Amino acid sequence: MNFKNISFQSKKIRNLIPQILILTVLFSVIIYFVTNVQTNMGNRGIAFGFGFLNQESSFDITFSLIDYNGSYSYARAFLVGLLNTLLVSVIGIFFATILGVIVGVSRLSDNYLISKVAEWYVEIFRNIPLILQIFFWYFAALRALPLPNEAINFYDISFLTVKGFYVPKFIWNNFNFFIIAIIISITAIYFLRNYARKQREQYGRQVPVFIFSLLILLTFPLISFFLFDVNLSFEYPVLKQLSPSIFTFDGGVNIIPELLALALSLSMYTATFIAENVRAGILGVGKGQKEAALSIGLNKNQVLKLVVMPQALRIIIPPTTNQYLNLTKNSSLAAAIAYPDIVLVFAGTALMQTGRAIEIISITMLTYLSLSVAISVFMNWYNKKMAIKEK
Amino acid sequence: MMNILKPSKQNLKTYLPIGITFIFLSFLNVILNSFFQFDFVGFFPKGISYFFPLIFGFIGFFLIRVEFSGLRTLDLLNKNINSSNFNAILTLLTLFIIIKSISPLINWFFLDANFIGSSKDDCTGQGACWVFIKVWFRRLIYGMYPDPEQWRINTAFLSLFALVGIAFFSPRKIKKYFIFFLIFIYPFIGIKLISGGDFGLKYVETAAWGGLSLTFIISAFAIIFCFPIGVFLALGRRSDLPAIKYISIGFIELWRGVPLITVLFMASVMFPMFLPDGTFIDKLIRVLFAITLFEAAYMAEVVRGGLQALPKGQYEAAKSLGMGYWRMNALIILPQALKLVIPGIANTLLALVKDTPLIFVVGLMELAGMIGLAKTNPKWLGMAMEGYVFAGLVFWVICYAMSRYSQNLEKKLSTER
Repeated sequence: MNFKNISFQSKKIRNLIPQILILTVLFSVIIYFVTNVQTNMGNRGIAFGFGFLNQESSFDITFSLIDYNGSYSYARAFLVGLLNTLLVSVIGIFFATILGVIVGVSRLSDNYLISKVAEWYVEIFRNIPLILQIFFWYFAALRALPLPNEAINFYDISFLTVKGFYVPKFIWNNFNFFIIAIIISITAIYFLRNYARKQREQYGRQVPVFIFSLLILLTFPLISFFLFDVNLSFEYPVLKQLSPSIFTFDGGVNIIPELLALALSLSMYTATFIAENVRAGILGVGKGQKEAALSIGLNKNQVLKLVVMPQALRIIIPPTTNQYLNLTKNSSLAAAIAYPDIVLVFAGTALMQTGRAIEIISITMLTYLSLSVAISVFMNWYNKKMAIKEK
Repeated sequence: MMNILKPSKQNLKTYLPIGITFIFLSFLNVILNSFFQFDFVGFFPKGISYFFPLIFGFIGFFLIRVEFSGLRTLDLLNKNINSSNFNAILTLLTLFIIIKSISPLINWFFLDANFIGSSKDDCTGQGACWVFIKVWFRRLIYGMYPDPEQWRINTAFLSLFALVGIAFFSPRKIKKYFIFFLIFIYPFIGIKLISGGDFGLKYVETAAWGGLSLTFIISAFAIIFCFPIGVFLALGRRSDLPAIKYISIGFIELWRGVPLITVLFMASVMFPMFLPDGTFIDKLIRVLFAITLFEAAYMAEVVRGGLQALPKGQYEAAKSLGMGYWRMNALIILPQALKLVIPGIANTLLALVKDTPLIFVVGLMELAGMIGLAKTNPKWLGMAMEGYVFAGLVFWVICYAMSRYSQNLEKKLSTER
């Protein structure tokens, strides 16, 4: 054999050694952990497995979007927790985006006061830990609300009380037809937009897409209302006396204070970061772009819509998606105020009852991981789509 | 007709006093209303008296909106807060909201608040009960740390500040050693002083630690550890060696994909299962470990941003000088890359400090946790507002100072490019 070729100077070998070393260390650590886990579980008489998911959970959850009670399985409890997490995330993302855009644009306002107020909003809410904000809203601010019999009344439709925000419940008749109508109109709008783009690119004709879209979005659901007997009625919350001094509201939907506090603090906190992104995005579009657009005769609206926004969005969207992801992960702080999200329901109550730390924590982490991966895959796809196509 | 009514430089002398009077009346009304509950247009129907300040202020602002008036203050005012009708309304609304909210805030914070006393019964006013904070102050700062031993925490932190001060003003040559001592040796001296056990100091178990001092301890240690780990992970992620690269990627994305609270759950309930039966690792150390690894992943991504931003020429130049991988990174690449990402690093450290209250998950209580404990004390029920406002203020001051410092540092270190 010829050993001369396998000297340490050879780059391949030199590169191989650290890799093999690291892999060995990693695997030995993993093997060490796994053997420990096996002996520990053996000592406690529990076997690794996910069979417990089918067992009856026998605990109640205060707030659920789907049917749930103690007789359902742990898997169902997991689903309830996941849906609650998604619910608060979606609400939070919705309001954080609106607030963030308003604050971000206000920071660029030529009105000194408005831009200062927006700046201080960002400085104040960004620099206080989110968990403290949640505690503040939940334990201090919302606890100061009145009892049901003295509820803050919004036109006899909704009532804000210390027990939550009571809003009317939507009762749909033939809801399926309505959904179908909405889907049809969205498809129609999609085709209309494609058609309009073709007209613009080939013949330079402008089609008023927005007005047509609005018309379509109104027409189809209206048709469904008249032809397929779709109708919508409301069930209003009504004050009910349980005992001489205890009142409650009956009917309607109760948005529990935990959800209110969480949605409020999540959106106010995340809005500060989104505002900074929006500001950076709009500032990032060069002045020359606006001037060039104005000089070729576009009006102010067109400049904003066709020149500034598409370029600003390219800068704004990637970090903002990151903030959406952060908001979703931060919603796990719900556990601190007992909002039944996935962490509280599954990694809290279910873990206490079954003692299956490894399975439950891994499932919880995997859930968040797959949410993150899903959002980042979407972000990469969007980035690629929006990227400037240079020739 | 409109041209005559439109304020311009010619009719400035008549319009300016009228406009100022209108604005003065509108603000007088708001101020009297919010501070003295007195409404001098109360004789109007309710709708009109409610909108009186807005209407008058709007007319006033319209009258003084004169372009190139020649008066410097007026021009400045018009340019910044009164450039159009819309802006005038925004300005008025903002100012009114600020004026309206000042009086209840001042009342709650100072005028109606109680400062003197020792129990909840001393709080008779409508405002804040700062007695609560005063009575619980020691607990909020030191947690359950025994009273006679608290000088140890004070000494540890005071000497830290003193050392930082000395290092700051010391000549360049010694500065290096001071900083090395501060980062690598002092933390362990400090922690020994606080935990005790040797040198005749009483041992204080970590379960008794808490309050604001615990926030500082955890933040300081996590910052010291997460920075180098983050740098190594970032280098690993850009390495040519596939094993190292993919392990780094997997590690970073795993931590970044999950919320800190589940990591802490893992450290508290899952991690003990990984250890041989009977081994016990202190709760605080487990938490520190979890927070450090978690933040190191974020740090790695920030540092990677800096590494990617460096032009290729820097790498090639370093290699052509005959530098090896480590020398190249230590002397050429990292100093430039880290400078580029100072804001990102500062943001990560800020996030770390803001994340420390989450340790309530494992039962450790820093400032927010101690307030949670204090407000559930039967003698002090209903003090949540005071407690969380206080904690919020403390955290705000810390985080705001940090972010300001990072902005200054960024300016100071920025070199012409």
